[in-house]
Amino acid sequence: MSTTRRDLIRGLAAGGAVAAVGADAVASERPQPPADAVGMLYDATRCIGCRACVTACKKANNLPLELYDPPEDLSGETKNIIKVYEDENTRSYVKAQCMHCLDPACTRACMIGSLQKREHGIVTWDPSKCIGCRYCQVACPFQIPKFQWETNNPKIVKCEMCLHLIKGGGQPGCCEACPVGAVIYGPYQELLADARGRVERHPDRYWPQGSPKIYGESDGGGTQVLYLSAVPFSDLGLPDLGEEPAGHLAAAVQHGAYKWGIAPVALYGVLAAAVWRSHRSSGTGRD
Amino acid sequence: MGDREHDPRTTGGLQSRLDRRDFVKACMAAAAAVGLPATVGLRFAEAAAAGLKPSVIWLHFQECTGCTESLLRTSHPDVGELILDLISLDYCETLNAAAGHQVEAALHEAIEKNDGKFVCVVEGAIPTRDNGIYCQIGGRTAQDILTDVASHAAAVIAIGSCASWGGIPSADPNPTGAVGAPEILKGSGKPVITIPGCPANPYNLLGTVLQYVTLGTLPALDDLGRPLFAYARVIHEDCPRRPHFDAGRFARQYGDEGHRLGHCLYALGCKGPETHANCSLLSFGEVGAWPIGIGHPCFGCTEQAVGFRKPLHAAAELPADAYPPIEPEHGTSATAWAGVAGLVGGALLGAGFVASKKLGETEEKS
Repeated sequence: MSTTRRDLIRGLAAGGAVAAVGADAVASERPQPPADAVGMLYDATRCIGCRACVTACKKANNLPLELYDPPEDLSGETKNIIKVYEDENTRSYVKAQCMHCLDPACTRACMIGSLQKREHGIVTWDPSKCIGCRYCQVACPFQIPKFQWETNNPKIVKCEMCLHLIKGGGQPGCCEACPVGAVIYGPYQELLADARGRVERHPDRYWPQGSPKIYGESDGGGTQVLYLSAVPFSDLGLPDLGEEPAGHLAAAVQHGAYKWGIAPVALYGVLAAAVWRSHRSSGTGRD
Repeated sequence: MGDREHDPRTTGGLQSRLDRRDFVKACMAAAAAVGLPATVGLRFAEAAAAGLKPSVIWLHFQECTGCTESLLRTSHPDVGELILDLISLDYCETLNAAAGHQVEAALHEAIEKNDGKFVCVVEGAIPTRDNGIYCQIGGRTAQDILTDVASHAAAVIAIGSCASWGGIPSADPNPTGAVGAPEILKGSGKPVITIPGCPANPYNLLGTVLQYVTLGTLPALDDLGRPLFAYARVIHEDCPRRPHFDAGRFARQYGDEGHRLGHCLYALGCKGPETHANCSLLSFGEVGAWPIGIGHPCFGCTEQAVGFRKPLHAAAELPADAYPPIEPEHGTSATAWAGVAGLVGGALLGAGFVASKKLGETEEKS
């Protein structure tokens, strides 16, 4: 489905109208997952670092495989990756991928609705709408969306939880491939209950030892991808976001710039002043 | 009927004599195996042909004789013959023709004749509990024999994991208090080269012995006395299945699709990533017969902390540099270039502004 010029302008006008109302329109209560929400649960204490998930992801999403030179980070060709945290005493793997936030910053920043929470609460990217502004890259607190710099027709690349496989009754490539069940797929509420059960049964295995935390339960307003770990989450590259939904800041920035139409009014005001001044000076010169 | 000596049915497939060509070839192979140039192989052959064969005294203690057996059964080239032509094996309980008092006399004679010059090869662990009574030969404990023989030797080579660090006899609960030769000899100041493995790769022994004989030097060793030419890298680094590891293709169960396709055995508990040995480069028995080659995970036989200690299916520790860190280095160039681009852009803007102003002035003047 492609967007016509008319649709685009209409959408922009509507967006502008919403934006003009201001940041106050952002819902302030905690975001709730949709009823059919699905998710993933990654348990870093189970991960053996085999990277089967990385390969399976590339296969499932038709991304090029690097056989002898494994990827260094998420990129335009890599939607998930296993990284390692190491200090003197501990060592932990972590799977970096899209968190599928309940209130994502990327969808708030996406001015044209290419990135949206769609079926099952999965954040997907619509190539027919994207204008390539890459605001999503700037907005995401986890630095997930990646841009294909190398190609002439670049795409935004991020984990879409293998929605195409889920629709066919399957599960995401990484969860299917994991040989030890370190990352599992399922309905969001079931995974949350599973994670709570694990921390209850093994309060000393997970961080913080004694009363472990499930990352994503409320972080950044909650995410549909949940993490358990034996080391502090900040060591694994999962930022300490507090409970404020990730989308709030993005929305505040995005909406703030357009509040009362300040940005366009100011821009066109300056331009108009410049034109007027130039016109006046050239006019007096000629007369 | 043919000559009994050359009948494969009586010689077990081994040819009893090597011709010169095969002999030189075998010496080259031995030199290449330990990373020495081919010319050294020629020197090996010359030294051996000239009768400068080093005296070797081979001691057996708590072990299965697997190291000796694997050495004798190396088939291509015929190392069983080669070792008899290249070295003078003066005492070896497995291969001695004599027995009893005769063989004890042979041992003493060999020690006296080559005092300070012979190489002492130790195979098997040495029991220490209850004064070492659990392994005695000719009424002497293994501890006694080793300290005595080693004190006369030029160098001591511990072959196999048992002699290197205890091996199977030292596995929990270690009822005999078995330890390796370096532990027994650590106060003697005698250099002990360890060639761990269960069994050890015969070429690693042969190369070490030949280098000592021909060049008079010992190979560079690591802090555990292992020759660096064989034990500097972990099996994982040169594993023929390594591309499958990097691509995340794993056998998950014996006999599953990945296993039949020869995928990586890490998920089955392969200890390759933490086991220092050259098995992946120098195939065992020269026919590719080593655990990973036949679809079984490496169980870390050379490594004291791993072999016979860590459960077979427990996951191995992976080297950390195989993974990107949490915040990979992306280089500062992108940021720097953005800054440069900003400066250039600003300069252009400023120049444009100044130019337009000047243009305006000239227009006004004209």
